[in-house]
Amino acid sequence: MPRLTIEDLKKIKEKHRADFTLREGGYRAKVTVHMGTCGIAAGARNVMTALMDEITKANLTDVIITTSGCAGLCAREPLATVEIMDQPPVKYCDLNDDKMRVIFKEHIMGGTPVEKYGLVVGSETTY
Amino acid sequence: MEKFRANLMLCAGTGCVASGSAKVHAALRDEIKKRGLEDELKIVLTGCNGYCAEGPVMAVYPDEIFYQKLTVEDVPTLVEEHFLKGRPYQKLMFKEPEKKTAIPLMKDIPFFKHQVLRVLRNKGLIDPEKIEEYIARDGYLAAAKALTEMTSEDIIKVIKDSGVRGRGGAGFPTGMKWEFASKVKSDIKFMLCNGDEGDPGAFMDRSVMEADPHSVIEGMIIGAKAIGAHHGFIYVRAEYPLAVQRLQLAIDQATEAGLLGKNILDTGFDFVLEIYLGAGAFVCGEETALMRSIEGKRGMPRPRPPFPAVKGLWDKPSVLNNVETLAQISPIILNGAGWYRSLGTEKSAGTKVFALTGAISNVGLVEVPMGIPLRTIIYDIGGGPKKGRTFKAVQLGGPSGGCIPESLLDIPVTYEDIQATGAIVGSGGMVVMDDNTCMVGTAKFFLEFTADESCGKCVPCRVGTKILLDILTDITEGKGKESDIETLEDLARDILASSLCGLGQTAPNPILTTIKYFRDEYESHIVHKWCKAGVCRDLTTFWIDEKMCKACGACLRACPSKAIVGEKKVPHKIIQELCVNCRTCYDTCKFNSIRILPAGFEGDPYEFLGIGAAAATTGEKKGDA
Ligand SMILES: Cc1cc2nc3c(=O)[nH]c(=O)nc-3n(C[C@H](O)[C@H](O)[C@H](O)COP(=O)(O)O)c2cc1C
Ligand code: SF4
Ligand code: SF4
Ligand code: FES
Repeated sequence: MPRLTIEDLKKIKEKHRADFTLREGGYRAKVTVHMGTCGIAAGARNVMTALMDEITKANLTDVIITTSGCAGLCAREPLATVEIMDQPPVKYCDLNDDKMRVIFKEHIMGGTPVEKYGLVVGSETTY
Repeated sequence: MEKFRANLMLCAGTGCVASGSAKVHAALRDEIKKRGLEDELKIVLTGCNGYCAEGPVMAVYPDEIFYQKLTVEDVPTLVEEHFLKGRPYQKLMFKEPEKKTAIPLMKDIPFFKHQVLRVLRNKGLIDPEKIEEYIARDGYLAAAKALTEMTSEDIIKVIKDSGVRGRGGAGFPTGMKWEFASKVKSDIKFMLCNGDEGDPGAFMDRSVMEADPHSVIEGMIIGAKAIGAHHGFIYVRAEYPLAVQRLQLAIDQATEAGLLGKNILDTGFDFVLEIYLGAGAFVCGEETALMRSIEGKRGMPRPRPPFPAVKGLWDKPSVLNNVETLAQISPIILNGAGWYRSLGTEKSAGTKVFALTGAISNVGLVEVPMGIPLRTIIYDIGGGPKKGRTFKAVQLGGPSGGCIPESLLDIPVTYEDIQATGAIVGSGGMVVMDDNTCMVGTAKFFLEFTADESCGKCVPCRVGTKILLDILTDITEGKGKESDIETLEDLARDILASSLCGLGQTAPNPILTTIKYFRDEYESHIVHKWCKAGVCRDLTTFWIDEKMCKACGACLRACPSKAIVGEKKVPHKIIQELCVNCRTCYDTCKFNSIRILPAGFEGDPYEFLGIGAAAATTGEKKGDA
């Protein structure tokens, strides 16, 4: 590592923000991809990969992805839940990677839920 | 830039390495690769998480799931369940001892819930071998602030106002210590760190050095600026190889990044830091002995004054601070004295780290605000004594400290309140004892340690501790005299008053506090030849209460000297001539049927113990017979 200046200290902190958002909490949005056996069979992995790709391209540090088990709605898999801070969570169903990319742009970045893919709005805790 | 969806913080501290975290790491890495998840999951090796007894441990973020007792065999299922299917793997999750259900979130685990992490702020959250991770958590910003925006007086004022006191044992106000040294004129001064940690059972400082070495270095840079030192040493015991290795790596990284050495952060300030390996003598932790040891001489204390702030290492003004003291400095500089004082009491501000060990459900490292009741630490965080046992005492302050009984558990943990009991906060060792502990034996254990570690310079300490130890040994072997208690007390006071250093001045504390709070145990040993806890072999008779015996045969099978006779449905009996008082049967019996009587007991045990027919069926607790 070259000699650092005080500016560099701040830059290093910025660069690692994404990892520490994961570890410390304090994120703006959380996307839960339901990855039960059914979800994986229905293509949940592709949905996840598309989402990670978008987040990486947009260089976002305040959006986190988690996975959870089967949401109990196997027929409508793949499912994902998007929770923006201070807003009720929205569950999306019958997803594929293209739809996920749309949700990313409009809901996660834009703040408006994509109604045509939305299944339910409302709470159900995930961890 | 790489982006991960989860961080797997696997503990690679000394405890977890011992329980196999390196193998788990390899298995985890392979399994993640096999499943094609290596671009999504990042494994981070951290320092000690403080929960070593359940190791290897791993925290998963952002899910906040805490896994314990990981094994290589569990790894494939864990990865499939949690990271592929998104179902946290219940089997390895924390469970409350009494209940069987898994507690999902780390923040809900009682052991973590009551803690406030300031010293241990980066515990389990960063990879201690990567300076970038420390910097990402505001690391070296305080040093930058101290070097660019603050004068020596500014730094000393904040530290004084914060009320932070030395965590090495004596609790001396850090700001005052720095002020003394800053006012002495000298072209050479030294900033030193005490990482000797000699108390048996203590591992606070080791954990900090392993889990967050840069926090100690940063505290030293700030201290160096405050007193005007350009050279420093960290004195670490050689028995801490991982701490030494991580500190050395941290020093190298910081030096390369221009955070140590010449012209730090282009501010013109120089501070060169080295590690000095101590050979592990307890007395070398005493400040004047430590400085002599660095000079290459035999580590022996010398009289003060002159104080080290005036004449220290190589007779130059020096400041020595404990590891934990130094780790708290940066956040005080960044957040101010008021922030520090928001926790703790007027005279005991901030938080303190304790190493909670002994007969307690949750063994580990805990950081709590000062002023909370001792009971909260032992029962809420520590989970109380182990199942079926009762609390007897908690030992604070190691060989210099004392034992605090149940009746005083509601006192707040502050320097003053603990001292009033006869114990000391000390460096933070906290050993819990239950009804299976003999308090005379406990005093003897610590005296063995201090008698052995006395450097021999002062006669009262060298000879006195040996005499104390001999008397205690006699008492535990049934050779005690009625006058012994008084002799112990008198001699203890003489040693306290006439020893040069803290070792001798505090060595009698374990004796004085156990006599003060458990005098009946001394008397019972001396007068009745009876160690009620069943620890002193010469002062016990093991006896099976026939009315309680379920004739299960467990003790019979466990007895190493075949001293137990009995058969199905016939209550068992111990043949005293064959019994070697090893206590195995007592610990084996599930029905509390085995009792401890005085040595050579003759007569009716039921009458002696006051357990008539009625009491025999209710089954009172072991040990308080
Ligand atoms: C016998 C003896 C052993 C000591 N061992 C240690 C030790 O292992 N670690 C430590 O920090 N302080 C130890 N001390 C206290 C040091 O002398 C000194 O007070 C302390 O390191 C100062 O740092 P502080 O003001 O930050 O607490 C010991 C003192 C005595 C008398
Ligand atoms: S273990 Fe207890 S109950 Fe069982 S035989 Fe021995 S004394 Fe009796
Ligand atoms: S104390 Fe030891 S030797 Fe004596 S009866 Fe019990 S198990 Fe056997
Ligand atoms: S070493 Fe892993 S928790 Fe202490």
